[in-house]
Amino acid sequence: MISGAEALIESLKREGVTEIFGYAGATICPAADALKRSDIHYTLVRIEQNAGHMASGYARISGKTGVCMVTSGPGATNLITGIATAYMDSIPMVAITGQVESYLLGRDIFQEVDMTGAVAPFIKHSYLVKDVKQIPRIVKEAFHIASTGRPGPVLLDIPIDVQKAMFEPVYPDSVDIRGYKPSYKGNIKQIERAAKAICQAKKPVLCLGGGVISAHAEQEAIAFAEASGIPVVTTMMGLSAIPTEHPLYMGMIGSFGHTCANKTLGNADLLILVGARVANRAVLAPDQIGKLMKTIHIDVDPAEIGKNVSTNIPVVGDVKQVLLQLMEHCPVAQTQDLETLRARRNKELTRELPTKTGYAHPARIIRALGEKLDEHACVSVDVGQNQIWACKHLPQKNGRFLTSGGLGTMGYSLPAALGAFVADRDRQNVVICGDGSFQMFENELATVRNLGAPVKIVLMQNNVLGLVNEIQHSSYSGPFGVALDHSPDFLKLAEAYGISGGVLDSDGEIDRALDVMLSHDGPYILCCRIDPDAKTGD
Amino acid sequence: MKQTISVLVENQAGVLNRITNLFSRRAFNIESLAVGVTDDPSISRITIIVDSGNSVVEQVEKQLNKLVDVIKVRTLEDDKMIARELLIVKVSCTVKTRTDIMNLCQIMGAKIADVSPNTMTLELSDTGDRLELFLSLLRPFSILEVARTGLIAVQKGSGKM
Repeated sequence: MISGAEALIESLKREGVTEIFGYAGATICPAADALKRSDIHYTLVRIEQNAGHMASGYARISGKTGVCMVTSGPGATNLITGIATAYMDSIPMVAITGQVESYLLGRDIFQEVDMTGAVAPFIKHSYLVKDVKQIPRIVKEAFHIASTGRPGPVLLDIPIDVQKAMFEPVYPDSVDIRGYKPSYKGNIKQIERAAKAICQAKKPVLCLGGGVISAHAEQEAIAFAEASGIPVVTTMMGLSAIPTEHPLYMGMIGSFGHTCANKTLGNADLLILVGARVANRAVLAPDQIGKLMKTIHIDVDPAEIGKNVSTNIPVVGDVKQVLLQLMEHCPVAQTQDLETLRARRNKELTRELPTKTGYAHPARIIRALGEKLDEHACVSVDVGQNQIWACKHLPQKNGRFLTSGGLGTMGYSLPAALGAFVADRDRQNVVICGDGSFQMFENELATVRNLGAPVKIVLMQNNVLGLVNEIQHSSYSGPFGVALDHSPDFLKLAEAYGISGGVLDSDGEIDRALDVMLSHDGPYILCCRIDPDAKTGD
Repeated sequence: MKQTISVLVENQAGVLNRITNLFSRRAFNIESLAVGVTDDPSISRITIIVDSGNSVVEQVEKQLNKLVDVIKVRTLEDDKMIARELLIVKVSCTVKTRTDIMNLCQIMGAKIADVSPNTMTLELSDTGDRLELFLSLLRPFSILEVARTGLIAVQKGSGKM
């Protein structure tokens, strides 16, 4: 006989789990105790939300399902933003929460919260485990659901008495859920229709979303673009699916995207959407697209087809499979004049940037950073101006670009980077954030030290919530509640955590400052003084 | 336009919550909802009526299909389904009006489920329109209480979900 908690940990091990991010509390103690006696590595965060973000960063780099584990009540509610962030970006995650005794459920006892109810609108599936015998099956199902089809978070809410109950576990080898059968291969007829439409199109464009990355279909997408000769744009979540330098790549679409990408899309007569939901930030009026051009929509999630963009040819299936199937028909397309597009793109990327005394220009910093980064570096970017600057100006090589594209969760970057570090300790690991987002995750500097993560943080310091400031300037009566007065001296704060850092306040110093940062042995914070009036379009 | 969606789900706690959540988060109103177990005790059938455009129903159907607890979803077309709703209505009556009410019951095919010296409780299983008609005929007798189950439906003919 073993306890439910021991069966939980054993089931996790059987799913290949080697890392858990979490924060302990009373109702998760049985599981924590069993974890202590296992060889699974545990990372203690400083607030539960970041256990979710770390599991997310871990999942995105390792390709495995990220696991986080927190206690009931406030621990669980703190995790909610982490779960919603993962849901919006389709990240495979299993979140485990402790729960009060099953026989006391619903009595509002200490640290009780209806967690399965609370996360229902933004979780792929959830289980409230009421019978210890079901733990092995439920864990197996949870990993299957989280990692297949369109990936997403799954919650296991486990009452403490169930964790403590003793039983004789039987571990299942396979999963059979009658209500969950994701499709992998695209319908052959639809593929043929898509291939035909591509051959007939005069100005097709291929738009890659985050689904391309989560399906590990980057190579197939590039190969398809090259074989068919179709220019490529990406959404924010699709960044790093194709290198910036690729001759067919025209940039990121969207209200904050590259002009060249938006023009390429706007002029197209056929849009091939791959693993993208094209929400309102990606295309200003997604419902208008259907009127302007034909669309082929390839997605593993049938509910995405027609949700935002009306679709002429839907192809439901695993993006990688469908692209390979489509390649068999080797459709060769006519295109817009690629030379003109490339010229426009180069002009946009090499645009002259202004200089202002006392400040370094954000685009210049990010361009230079991109040049200096390793081929496979992982760059985690926060939310706000820093994100837009990074999306627009960071040259993508063959590394990874992690950001909270769907929910836009401030404070995502450092915890995601730490998850990425745990997944791949040898990969160069850089964070780009603002002084607003920094103050949402600064408590995790302790985790940086705990893990010994040599993460480099490029902090865009302009003493203002820049993007909101911009919106308030352009669409409201002026700034309100965006000045970050009385922010700490970030270098002193870093020093308090035993982390080194430096200041960058002029364009002339960019190269040297970045070299110092990147060659530093250990974590490093580079405080970049940014003109508070600098706009995302500058 | 009113549409009837029939959903087969796992018969488990919390499933109904997940389903109604899909509607409420998109601000869709549910006109009618009926839940009951099927011949397989592990499966329940939920019949939902929504009053929305086609694209809304299509999206709802897809979102329902995404739920792990949902086994099958089908939108039933009005002329291709057998749909019934149960009505229980309590009306006040006197010795004088009792026969009139009994006549109405006979015409509409309703049953008298209960009587008291000054009330009658009637039950009728029929389509929504017929229930409305029955209620309007009863209104002059003073309706005291009404309970309706919401519509349940299956496809006509030999086809099944």
